[in-house]
Amino acid sequence: MTFAVEPTFWTAFLQQTIDGLAFGALIALIALGYTMVYGIVELINFAHGDVFMLGGFLALTVLVLCGLEGLGVDQNRIKLDDLGLWAKAGLIALCLLLAMPFCGAINFGIDYMVYRPLRTAPRLAPLVSAIGVSFILMNVGLFWGGAQDVNFPKLVSDDNLLPADTGLRLTAKNAMVFGVTVPLMIALTLFVRFTKLGKAMRATAQNPTAARLMGINTDAVIGITFAIGGALAGAGAVVFALDVGTISYTMGFQNGLYAFTAAVLGGIGRIPGAVLGGLIIGLVRYYGSAYVGESWTGALIFGILIVILVFRPTGLLGSPTREKV
Amino acid sequence: MPPLLEVTALRSGYGPIDVLHDIGLSVDAGEIVTMIGANGAGKTTTLLTVSGAVRVRGGRVAFDGHDLTRTPAHKVVSLGMAQSPEGRKIFPRLTVLENLQMGAFTRTDKPAIADDLEKMFGLFPILKERKGQAGGLLSGGQQQMLAIARALMSRPKLLLLDEPSLGLAPQIVTQIFDIIRDLNAKQGMSVLLVEQNARLALKVAHRGYVLETGRVTLADKASVLLNDPRIRAAYLGE
Repeated sequence: MTFAVEPTFWTAFLQQTIDGLAFGALIALIALGYTMVYGIVELINFAHGDVFMLGGFLALTVLVLCGLEGLGVDQNRIKLDDLGLWAKAGLIALCLLLAMPFCGAINFGIDYMVYRPLRTAPRLAPLVSAIGVSFILMNVGLFWGGAQDVNFPKLVSDDNLLPADTGLRLTAKNAMVFGVTVPLMIALTLFVRFTKLGKAMRATAQNPTAARLMGINTDAVIGITFAIGGALAGAGAVVFALDVGTISYTMGFQNGLYAFTAAVLGGIGRIPGAVLGGLIIGLVRYYGSAYVGESWTGALIFGILIVILVFRPTGLLGSPTREKV
Repeated sequence: MPPLLEVTALRSGYGPIDVLHDIGLSVDAGEIVTMIGANGAGKTTTLLTVSGAVRVRGGRVAFDGHDLTRTPAHKVVSLGMAQSPEGRKIFPRLTVLENLQMGAFTRTDKPAIADDLEKMFGLFPILKERKGQAGGLLSGGQQQMLAIARALMSRPKLLLLDEPSLGLAPQIVTQIFDIIRDLNAKQGMSVLLVEQNARLALKVAHRGYVLETGRVTLADKASVLLNDPRIRAAYLGE
């Protein structure tokens, strides 16, 4: 005998938590790119959100080339209903497999062409260049997909994976978001913590001169860091496009701002900080729209950011271990 | 036989300023050579330029049959030159063990690296005790030991040591210098030592150079410099 659970306060709260964590995990994935780059070269890569955006358009282009409808191509298209579960999963995997190296290569290229020549220049020069690159990429996106929101094929359904009598919804989309973001975050953490290259990245971030004296090619390590951050943004773009169902050339700006805030909130330069910050922002956004009002979410998120920074200027996890002199 | 390290008419500096005007020095295989001089004489800059961290503006650096004049810092280590830099520059949020592993970054011979790690723990037992701690949490003396051990992890033919005694208690300084002398005597490792404590440095070294405002002004056997009245007056506080 089963009871139909009444939608109580707690089930509603749990629902907001699920949705908030899913959105937060996505923001965290983008935030990692900001925080890794900042950690190693102390630069806010404003173009990062736009690299993310281009990943979305690449994924859509890949799907259109595979025969799906999109980007204004609607002749002789494969119907989504004709595709089995495995075919859809294969297409998603293909998108990830192409968007990740694509965005990684763009981010690496930006560093190589724009930031690297400015490595010893005053801070403001690379910062302004980053804003410039952001605009250039946004225009590439505008050229690629047009000014309107563009539909992205609905390869993942909104079907509820939980039994109906729980009163909760964990959709296939939610599962897809967690299924892509969580393994990537774990893989990144393990990579940075345990591999030789990961340790070299941390060493370079903590003291680049000493790192070079150890035989570490810091320019190469920095380039790889940009590539990894870009690749994570590429994966994030695919997840975002599948989850939201539309992409546009401005999506990099909006989500980039959330992700950048998440990175600062958690303690910029710290990988666990970006994850924590992302999850907090996701939760605040969903709790905020449920209990305070949709139109207040932005004010809430940035209000919390300011309050936290007043009391912990280095962010939640950013406790600077001072070097003894 | 040509010297292990030969520096000729070296000129380098930062921004618009030349710090080194004319540095000439050499280190033979198996030798401990020291550079002494006042603050700002260019001792640290000489070490950083020799190991490629600061760009050479003029002159030449030759090491073990290689011309290092245009070689970037990260390629110097695998040729057999390691540096324990001024101010130690350990990686504060890497563990002691990870700091040591970074010292062996250019090496791929895993069993031998593990061997050397044990040797370092033998030389500096405190590092073994603290191997899981963040480097930034060590005391100054322990950080200095870590910086030296980290440099030794690359199995250098030549060790560049910058101010190993800076800010350390006298008994730790003695301990560190005993280890340096030992590595030189037993393993034939060459050392180029920069030291504020000129007396100590000249006692350990075979030969010495005196630097003044970016130029070598005096070069001789360490025992001769130790008894030179000018040196005694200017650097030994007599």
